[in-house]
Amino acid sequence: MDSTVATGTEEKTWGGGNQPLRASYGKMMMWFFIVSDALTFSGFLAAYGFSRFKFINEWPIADEVFTHVPFLHGQELPMIYVAFMTFVLIMSSVTMVLAVDAGHHMNKAKVTIYMFLTIIGGAIFVGSQAWEWATFIQGDYGAVQTKGGNILQFGEYVTVDGVEKFKRVSIDDIAIAQHGERVDHERKNGLWFVGEGTLPPYTVNEIYAGLAANDNVLVRNQLINEDGEKTVLSRAESLKQIKENGKLVVKGANLHVNEYGTTLFADFFFFITGFHGFHVFSGVVINIIIFFNVILGTYERRGSYEMVEKVGLYWHFVDLVWVFVFTFFYLV
Amino acid sequence: MAHEHKLEIFRGLWKFKSNTQKIWGVLVFLTFITIVEVVLGIYKPDIFMHTWMDPIEGGFFATIGNIILSPIVYMKPLNFIFIVLTLVKAYYITWDFMHMRDETGAMRKMVVWTGVFLICYLMFILLQEGGYVFDVYNGEDALIKKDF
Repeated sequence: MDSTVATGTEEKTWGGGNQPLRASYGKMMMWFFIVSDALTFSGFLAAYGFSRFKFINEWPIADEVFTHVPFLHGQELPMIYVAFMTFVLIMSSVTMVLAVDAGHHMNKAKVTIYMFLTIIGGAIFVGSQAWEWATFIQGDYGAVQTKGGNILQFGEYVTVDGVEKFKRVSIDDIAIAQHGERVDHERKNGLWFVGEGTLPPYTVNEIYAGLAANDNVLVRNQLINEDGEKTVLSRAESLKQIKENGKLVVKGANLHVNEYGTTLFADFFFFITGFHGFHVFSGVVINIIIFFNVILGTYERRGSYEMVEKVGLYWHFVDLVWVFVFTFFYLV
Repeated sequence: MAHEHKLEIFRGLWKFKSNTQKIWGVLVFLTFITIVEVVLGIYKPDIFMHTWMDPIEGGFFATIGNIILSPIVYMKPLNFIFIVLTLVKAYYITWDFMHMRDETGAMRKMVVWTGVFLICYLMFILLQEGGYVFDVYNGEDALIKKDF
């Protein structure tokens, strides 16, 4: 028999007429996916917590890392931009839930507008994250990495409004060019089967010469003291550390080195915010598909805007994850 | 399709006339929490920067007490506040934006208890292990040297 036979039981509990937990199949499956995805993210965040607990006395201080805001160059404004990003994401969650609500009232025009605003919000968020990554990768002040993999940063004490504080100094401002033989290894001037990435902007000798010439500049290491600040070394110790232990000049961050401190910090930053950003991106793509379906009237004909609700669940979940990423990366 | 929404939050302290109004109300609340977090994060009041209690010394019951009080014994109050505020935000996003409030109780428990239980377990195991590795690295008899 190749056609379906109506047995008359479809509307009964055992004939599939029942919705378990009064949730439709699609919505329930979306919830299942969300639970498993939440566990994936918590796995990442727990791994971040593990590494942070492992290096609890030398973990980078987020307020000193994420200080930039677009168009406001040279100002140290920690938290402001991520707060803006958080607000954008919550706001786009609101427009999404408004779209769902309009869908319940079968109001196509309103669903269209709210879906559109949601997509815009998502796009702004992904763009902001890309900018945040670019700034993080490009780096700020630069640092010297020691043989043991520790990061030594530079700064000087300045008095601002009567309060003495440690102000970071960029390696660009202190480095003094030295004569050096080291050139970038290219395939054409060395082993043809070995390549090399770009060399650091300065050699450790150039930084050392600069440090020796600037009496006021001091080195600080990764260790966090009782006041919750990084330890600043004495002048003699600063020179000694760079001379004896300095191995590599680092500017910016990637998966191998990180001028802000422990390399793991950069690794987790790229991995977790990257994975979240990928979720936002795919959310935007799915939202766009649903948006066009709304415009084409697919759900109007179907008689239900439940699809908007399902993609809405996913979108809120992305927001939910960001709330945790925000806390554990930027606040705590 | 008939959709019924529960239109009150804070256990009925704040009632709304329509679902749309409730959404805006929740947005106001979430924005307020985010602002509190950001302000605390920028100014970092001194009072919240040091633990309010030292670990209790002594035998078995002191250890039990430390475990029960661990959020205030081992965590800076500021971080504890951030985590609590985050959970509050997560609650309102799930309950009102994801309409968990309107689902059946069994559905709610199925999703939330599973997630919360497994996440707590994972967090406990990994953070405990991280602290242990820290002690191995930084103990007096540590065999690992990092400062060179």
